[in-house]
Amino acid sequence: MREFFAMGGYAFYVWTSYGIAFLVLLINFILPWQEHKQVLKTIARKLRRKAS
Amino acid sequence: MWAFIQRFASPKHFYRISGKMIPWLGWTCLLLFIIGLYYGLILAPTDYQQGESYRIIYIHVPAAWLSMFVYMVMAISGAIGLIWRIKLSDIIAACSAPIGASFTFLALVTGSLWGKPMWGTWWVWDARLTSELILLFLYLGVIALNGAIEDKRIAARASAILALVGVVNIPIIHYSVEWWNTLHQGATVTKLDTPSIHIDMLIPLLLMAFAFKFYYATVLLMRARCEVLAREKNSHWVDTLVNPNPPSSAEGHSTNA
Repeated sequence: MREFFAMGGYAFYVWTSYGIAFLVLLINFILPWQEHKQVLKTIARKLRRKAS
Repeated sequence: MWAFIQRFASPKHFYRISGKMIPWLGWTCLLLFIIGLYYGLILAPTDYQQGESYRIIYIHVPAAWLSMFVYMVMAISGAIGLIWRIKLSDIIAACSAPIGASFTFLALVTGSLWGKPMWGTWWVWDARLTSELILLFLYLGVIALNGAIEDKRIAARASAILALVGVVNIPIIHYSVEWWNTLHQGATVTKLDTPSIHIDMLIPLLLMAFAFKFYYATVLLMRARCEVLAREKNSHWVDTLVNPNPPSSAEGHSTNA
């Protein structure tokens, strides 16, 4: 296990790459998800305003 | 076929169908990532020249392939929007730009992190790296144009033209390692000859490439769905979507029992 994380002495380069990749994937997923909720909320608010 | 495209391209149907597709694409993507990462990080053998550092390939190469693939999707759907005025293809083009930019960034950064231990430098101004950097600027240009122009249709046309002009950069990126002297290694997979890469390294690479493609499809549909909703916010189908049982008191009479 220690050997696996050491990556033959290249741990910094390998794991930084995978870490940044993970962040890029995560951010690209969360942004539209959050925005979708936001848009739905805005439309619901508009509908409530129209109804009252 | 044309009828199907038109049906799918109508905002309402796109919103509904993409909503059904996203979970399937997303779970397939996750599965591919798990298998690909396990294969790539654990099962794949150590490289005889580069040791373990070569494992960056499983991020770097799929990201670089995707950066070019997304660009082509963006340019082609931009062109479709330009010619046939299909709003959905404008949306696909606009939503592809930030995703493509982030994968270009990822390809550049992981390339840098791979270059430092192998070449002894973070960056060289050679053809491959420079043309990939230009790709990032093209993406940023498209994003900026889309953001700067208020009228969505004019923004879509301007950014589609920019994207189409920039297509010339794609073959330059691909052939740069052949046309110019460079530190960057040549193609090992995408060449007409048999791939010069060990099969146990190739399989995880292809798995990761497919995982990235599915990831793109997933987040592209998520973004496009959002954009469709935002642009159609005043239409009737969105109203009934958000509130299926609208109070009819707005007209001053009630049908409630």
